[in-house]
Amino acid sequence: MNRNDDFLTRRAHLEGLDDQALRERFWSLADRLTAPLLQMGREYTTPSIERSVLLRMGFSSLEAAALVKGCLEHGLLGHGAGHLVYKLGLKRSLPPREAGLELLSGGDWEGAKALFEGGEPA
Amino acid sequence: MSDFRLKPDAPLDVREILRDLEHYRPRRRGWTWRRPAPGLVLHGFSFRDASESLKRSVPLPPAHHFGGIDPQPAPVITTEIASGRFEDDIRRMRMAAHHGADHIMVIRTAGQSHFDGLIEGTPQGVGGVPITRKQLRAQRKALDLIEDEVGRPINYHSYVSGVAGPEIAVLFAEEGVNGAHQDPQYNVIYRNINMVRSFVDACESKTVMAWADMAQIDGAHNANATARDAWKVMPELMVQHAVNASFSLGCGMPRDLVCLSTVPPTAAPAPSLYMDLPYAVALRELFTGFRMRAQMNTKYIQSSVREATVTHVLNMLVSKLTSADIQSTITPDEGRNVPWHIYNVEACDTARQTFSGLDGLMEMVELKAAGPLREKARELKERAVLFMEELLENGGYFEGVAAGQFVDSGLYPERAGDGIRRAVDGGIGAGTVVLREKDYLAPVTAHYGYNNLSQYGLMEGEDPARLIGGCTFQKPELIRYIDELDETDNVSVRMAEHERLRQPGAEGIQPEMEWLGDGVVLLTMFFPAEARLAQAAALEAARRMKLREAEVISVEIMHPVDGTRVEVKARVPFEMDIAGLTLPKEPEVMGEDALREAFAARPMTVVCGTVGEDEHSVGLREIIDIKHGGIEKYGISVHYLGTSVPPEKLVNAAVELGAQAILASAVISHDNIHYKNIALVDRLAREMGVRDRLVFLAGGTQVTPELAREAGADEGFGRGTRGAHVATALARLREARDL
Repeated sequence: MNRNDDFLTRRAHLEGLDDQALRERFWSLADRLTAPLLQMGREYTTPSIERSVLLRMGFSSLEAAALVKGCLEHGLLGHGAGHLVYKLGLKRSLPPREAGLELLSGGDWEGAKALFEGGEPA
Repeated sequence: MSDFRLKPDAPLDVREILRDLEHYRPRRRGWTWRRPAPGLVLHGFSFRDASESLKRSVPLPPAHHFGGIDPQPAPVITTEIASGRFEDDIRRMRMAAHHGADHIMVIRTAGQSHFDGLIEGTPQGVGGVPITRKQLRAQRKALDLIEDEVGRPINYHSYVSGVAGPEIAVLFAEEGVNGAHQDPQYNVIYRNINMVRSFVDACESKTVMAWADMAQIDGAHNANATARDAWKVMPELMVQHAVNASFSLGCGMPRDLVCLSTVPPTAAPAPSLYMDLPYAVALRELFTGFRMRAQMNTKYIQSSVREATVTHVLNMLVSKLTSADIQSTITPDEGRNVPWHIYNVEACDTARQTFSGLDGLMEMVELKAAGPLREKARELKERAVLFMEELLENGGYFEGVAAGQFVDSGLYPERAGDGIRRAVDGGIGAGTVVLREKDYLAPVTAHYGYNNLSQYGLMEGEDPARLIGGCTFQKPELIRYIDELDETDNVSVRMAEHERLRQPGAEGIQPEMEWLGDGVVLLTMFFPAEARLAQAAALEAARRMKLREAEVISVEIMHPVDGTRVEVKARVPFEMDIAGLTLPKEPEVMGEDALREAFAARPMTVVCGTVGEDEHSVGLREIIDIKHGGIEKYGISVHYLGTSVPPEKLVNAAVELGAQAILASAVISHDNIHYKNIALVDRLAREMGVRDRLVFLAGGTQVTPELAREAGADEGFGRGTRGAHVATALARLREARDL
């Protein structure tokens, strides 16, 4: 889009605002811009977020990458990669990391998937 | 934990830093501001804006005239160190800290922002350093030692951006990184990373950074560097700052750790302050409570380090007239190469020198409350408000980016139609965002957004990590350390190449600009010729000096045909054996009491003056005056004849006064006139038959002892000479000559 500088006409509604009111308007606009972005962040996750969760649970970066890849391939990421290894651990009475490493070496992703079938919380 | 400590008089041992990193834990997390030192008095000067002094530092060059003081300015001082070899950068970090840096920023290697995951090991970088756990741990360990040495906490900093932001944020929190760039807009606009992915990732990254008390710097300054006319993006810059600032608060960051990266957008020969100052004022009025990270202009700097330095001093004048919590420094060689050691140090010195010089300024001047400054500031704020109104009218931030509203070269609301456009469903990482299921869970600390804790019996607000008995943030022993993944591209292989040159214990030595053993030298040449001929001549000169890989890095026209200044970088083809080098002799200094006793037992009279047509007096006065610790204090009787003293007058006075010594100062060195005058004093004394009865000492800033002795003096003295050195020489020579 090309447009000449129409600042003088465009600003008419700001003319009467003192500096404080202008500042308040500035921040209210900024907050309106970011509110939907913050909401999106609450509802979605990403491979990097899930790997960061696994790192915090004590997995190495290589293990975290392999587990998240598996979660993506088996449609499990929406439950949380950390959730998967936590839930596996509960079921198999293992710490989450050992459960995750067992999944990586044994490859029983179908068994992992079955934990989440029904979509309802455990 | 290692009990290794740095010794102030010993080289930093990188091998020791790399030892046992697997078990190294950083001593703290979180950002540290400098502590103000109100009422600081140094060498009789009152400082109004200084922070606490360092335990150890290298003061500015003129400091020896002021008792060696090193006042530290109030803002945190940043320097960016990332040569591609983190192991060599560690030594540079120590140098920078001694020159006043307390915020060390590491630029990432090219391409790391597109790397989907963490890099491990220590591969060599390009234009930056691959940020890895091992590299961070080594540098944090080194900085922990360096901060003990200088006596001030050092903030360590890198980048939480790209497609692996949340993982990098966790890595930084675990490894004691204190600050980071984090701004999803940077990913979107400059790295073409999908905008949905970037903002969702950023929520997690910022939440982790907030937990670790890290300072965050935004990415708005990049619009300055990208836009065709940097000063026209000022309204948009405010919008970019506002988007990241509002978003960061929404993720739980405290306002006083959200730093705006702001650059004075213009540079001379434009009337830069007239444009930069209203912008700086407007920004600080809108963003109260946030912190200002004052960056320097990079957009317009060319290859001249002098020109870059002047721009940067003007930038810091803007900081002083408004405010800066963090003053970034840009190395003055950024326009020619990846920064060299010496230019990091120069940039830190420029900041220290400028702020020391400007200390207390705002007690004497104030910005006008009316007139063009306020009118322009108001106009910029209104333009920024209008920018956001249009974003919202068109559907929001994503829609605005997709429509090319950002980095347009028109001064908003003017539009040139050349903005950067990004599709909402385009870019790297598009389509990788996944909706959280109803049972979504992340059992860790500092997680953003929906987290179904109740399904496992936790209450809202409880730490999710309780489910697993604590995560790495509570139990760092859970962290998995990977040493190396590549057998050939790693720090051990690189270091083995130059072991002979490595301190402590080096056998060889080479010139160095970035990396141990790089052999790089810088030559400055002038040719009485136009630019193309001068460049050809400069390269041929380097070839005949047997230098390798010579490259012209700066050309400045002195006159279109009569003169060109050329700077060439090149590599030397040799390495020197340290054992084969002759070190300059340390001047002998007798003790204070011994000197007093020597001249009390046998009094001595000297005549002195600055010889030739030379009006310099300061250096000689410092050598003789009692108040500067000069030779008078040892009881020596001094007859000072002044400046521009003819050599014959000096010799005649010595004879008439029955003096046992002549001290000649010779500062002007053009055409070697200083040595010619020294020789003349010697010759006249011989002709008059009195040379044997006189000790003759010569000194000056350009005098070297060897050449002064060759010219006929008994001893010569250069820069850094003190009265005790001269008094010692007088006592020793008098004794040796039995005068």
